[in-house]
Amino acid sequence: MEETTYMQSRIWLEEPEPNNPFAARAAFCHGYEVYGEMLGSAGWVDMVYLLFKGEAPSRAQAAALEVLAVALANPGPRDASIHAAMCAGVGGSPAAAALTAALAVGAGGAGGAREVLLAMQAWDACGRAVEAWSDHWRERARDGGEPLGIWPAAEHPAGFEPLGVSTPTPVKQVLARLARLDADSRCAWLQTNLASMEQASGHPLSLVGVAAAAFTDLGMCPEEGEMLFLLLRLPGAAAHALEQRESGHKRFPFYALELEAPAGGATT
Amino acid sequence: MSDERKGPELLRRNVGRLRSRVGGCVVGSHAIFRDKDLHAELADASWLELYLFGITGRRFSKPELQLLDTMWAYTSYPDARIWNNRIAALAGSARSTGNLAISAALAVSEGAIFGRGIDMRASEFLIRTCAEVEAGAELGPLVRRELSERRSLAGYGRPISNRRDERLDPTLKVARSLGLADGPHVRLAHDIERFLLDSRLRMAMNYGALGAALTADLGLSPREHYMYGFGAFLAGMPPCYLDASDRPAGTLFPLPCDAVAYEGPPKRSWHKS
Repeated sequence: MEETTYMQSRIWLEEPEPNNPFAARAAFCHGYEVYGEMLGSAGWVDMVYLLFKGEAPSRAQAAALEVLAVALANPGPRDASIHAAMCAGVGGSPAAAALTAALAVGAGGAGGAREVLLAMQAWDACGRAVEAWSDHWRERARDGGEPLGIWPAAEHPAGFEPLGVSTPTPVKQVLARLARLDADSRCAWLQTNLASMEQASGHPLSLVGVAAAAFTDLGMCPEEGEMLFLLLRLPGAAAHALEQRESGHKRFPFYALELEAPAGGATT
Repeated sequence: MSDERKGPELLRRNVGRLRSRVGGCVVGSHAIFRDKDLHAELADASWLELYLFGITGRRFSKPELQLLDTMWAYTSYPDARIWNNRIAALAGSARSTGNLAISAALAVSEGAIFGRGIDMRASEFLIRTCAEVEAGAELGPLVRRELSERRSLAGYGRPISNRRDERLDPTLKVARSLGLADGPHVRLAHDIERFLLDSRLRMAMNYGALGAALTADLGLSPREHYMYGFGAFLAGMPPCYLDASDRPAGTLFPLPCDAVAYEGPPKRSWHKS
């Protein structure tokens, strides 16, 4: 077998300094020179969009990603992923451990990136037809409706809040802001059909559901949406971990313990 | 699970406390591990025995534990080319911490085409197929159905080599010596390999299938097998980290600029976009 000693990339090209092949003189992202030309002209969301989609975003796309980036930046200490990052902060664990903790907890199917992926798959499958969404959720709810794998089976319609009572105000605000950017978008459709979708799912809409619609509007595939959701929530995790590190363990709940009857082993 | 309360009421019921069915620590006094006193009733348990008790709630015999220990040992390779080990080694070369290195390497060990992702699927497939064959179904159509539905057969074939998996014979040797190599799932795993080779599908059994079969014969469910598998590559990771840490920083797998073959669009101007 021929030895493969190189990598391939459609994203990144580096040209070496004349005196050192291991140092880049110039770097190009999907053809655009990063340090010589983009720097100072492109915003952070422009760069993120370019990395994922290979093209510069339109003005509306950049605006939508900007809205999402602000909306997702900090789920707050009540969110499990931020709680996890704070656990790392309180014990003085490394910075990377705090972000790793937030990523691991925030990756799941209940309020995390896995749920974004599932909701985006639902957008691909159901489009803008409430009836199709109802059928999709019925199918997923059936036993064996989801392939067995490392992920626990979904327990509720992705993008909706299983323990909620009504769609929270901030969720509506984010949806409205995104819907306003493009009247023909999925976000606009979701805003118009919110009551029907909530009735069909049996649950209020969550921020995960808005993010899934917005990522799909941005042309992201479910795997790209999953990644971006993980990425865009890290600023809050980092800030809260640092805050908790400073305020210490005496100002962090340890909780009372209530032992219940022993459980059996892991099933399935 | 059986709590009928919903929504905010279910959340309110759990505010400010940890409800646990698996144990906890009474600080300064004792620790409960499942329903046992860790330092008294489980005082003689090895780490692996405790780990399995934590997953399954069951105790295992000495031969069973020896097999489970062997299965971890025989798939731990200190080879930093292997993707998960490479992360541990790169962390060492980049002078990150040992814990971060091993945690990340373990996180990566549940890939879709290797490690825990395969473990779960292989175990589920073998347990389901074993039950169907015992109920009278013919093996061939079951294998073909799986291949058609999943486009691959977890535990058969190998992404980086088509040579016989070097872990199989040593593991089977140990399993035989312990009287644990002839359970129905192991027999089925061999039958499937024979069917695949006879059908010219060129998919030899790999360690994923054998491991899943051996633990299924010990009564582990797919999820228990998945959780048990956590340590399968672990012993090979610290040496990779340490070796890279002991060499000059940044010298592991260095890439000159021209070692990344660019396949994207030609150069263009950002200002025109």
